[in-house]
Amino acid sequence: MLKTRIMPTLLHKEVGLVKGKKFDSWRQVGSAMQAIKVYNMREVDELAFLDISATPGRRDPDFDLIDNLADECFMPLTVGGGVQTADHIRRLLSVGADKVCINTAAVENLEFIEEVAQQFGSQCITISIDAHIGSDGGYEVVTCCGKIPTKLNPIDHARNVEARGAGEILLTSIDRDGTMTGYDIKLTRQVSDVVSIPVIASGGAGNYEHMLEALTIGGASAVAAASIFHFTEKTPLEAKRFLHANGIPVRPV
Amino acid sequence: MNDVAIVDFGLCNLDSIVRAVEQCGGRAKVATEYSQLNGVNSIILPGVGTFGDAMRNLSERGLDQALNEQVISRKIPFLGICLGMQLLAVKGTEQGNNNGLGWIKGAVVKLEKQAPTERTLHIGWNEVHYSQASELFDGISDMTDFYFMHSYHLVCEDKQKVVATTPYCGEFSSAVRLENIFGVQFHPEKSQKAGFQVLRNFLTL
Repeated sequence: MLKTRIMPTLLHKEVGLVKGKKFDSWRQVGSAMQAIKVYNMREVDELAFLDISATPGRRDPDFDLIDNLADECFMPLTVGGGVQTADHIRRLLSVGADKVCINTAAVENLEFIEEVAQQFGSQCITISIDAHIGSDGGYEVVTCCGKIPTKLNPIDHARNVEARGAGEILLTSIDRDGTMTGYDIKLTRQVSDVVSIPVIASGGAGNYEHMLEALTIGGASAVAAASIFHFTEKTPLEAKRFLHANGIPVRPV
Repeated sequence: MNDVAIVDFGLCNLDSIVRAVEQCGGRAKVATEYSQLNGVNSIILPGVGTFGDAMRNLSERGLDQALNEQVISRKIPFLGICLGMQLLAVKGTEQGNNNGLGWIKGAVVKLEKQAPTERTLHIGWNEVHYSQASELFDGISDMTDFYFMHSYHLVCEDKQKVVATTPYCGEFSSAVRLENIFGVQFHPEKSQKAGFQVLRNFLTL
């Protein structure tokens, strides 16, 4: 049976790791290398590394940084931030990323997904969707690390990226991000209902029950989390024990 | 020292494989052209990408011919990983029909969802069930989890070539073997302890 993945998310901004609330008020939380070494030792299921300053700063991905980090990373690694071209993807895969995460470029140009899914295969193209509840009370996709509202509905966007060849969706609720009040279950459910590719719930995990909810009620295939692992004593291993006790298949470590 | 050629056809997670091979005691040599497959002890064909593009890239670089010489004629141990295993087939059906290396009789087809909870991309950790004993899995217990990421799988005509299966979308072949030729659908380089044991086992063949 396919095991449910618990994925720590590392957000990188300029020189180190950060964690914010609702994509704002970023706090420094240490060095990426140190975090990767710890997660590697703990044999986590998979790691997401997102450079959140690349797209807003109009930068290319930092290939040297990824190269160095990947050298210490013997677990599956998804890398995002500033991915705009097929060449970016080729270079990220060649320095050690297993999957790449595309957000802003996927909204700006849906055909880009088709181009790169055909070239590299859907399995390594993860589309990240950041959504919030807009002023009209409906969900809206926001790009450029929470900066640019798009009027786009995340459910429609999810359907479109799947049709173009996306392999997986990393779905983050901006409203819940860093609040540790639980994932946006309604958003997660709506998106996972309309696509047949895996959806990774992200944003809001504060305890293991939240993860269970995202998987059972939300229909997510995996859960990503950051604050809970940065700011509390909780660990991916304990999360797995809890989920296992509640009937979710997880990988024994 | 065990020299391992890692075949680079421009579409793979090269660095991950090179580092894993070196951690497992091999000396990785990236091979991008025909002559670089000469004189190595074993060959790994990794693969991210699509079937047709991969075969075209191999053939443009003369690597398909070099692989035939080393693996089929000289019987050098060979390990295909993920797409690298799928390329062993006679035919691939991803984005139109394409010929593969044709070493193992069978075709590569898309995974088809059997249970409502299954997703059509198989991404994550899943167990490997042995259908026969193989040196590749020495020291690794049956049902151990490995990391997969794929939406196509190799259907072998001859089930004797199937060394292990994985229960997903029904059941698919997760490891195959024909003499000196091994293929695994999972990523040993990303499967931590068990994955490294597979690579160590392969390097000692």
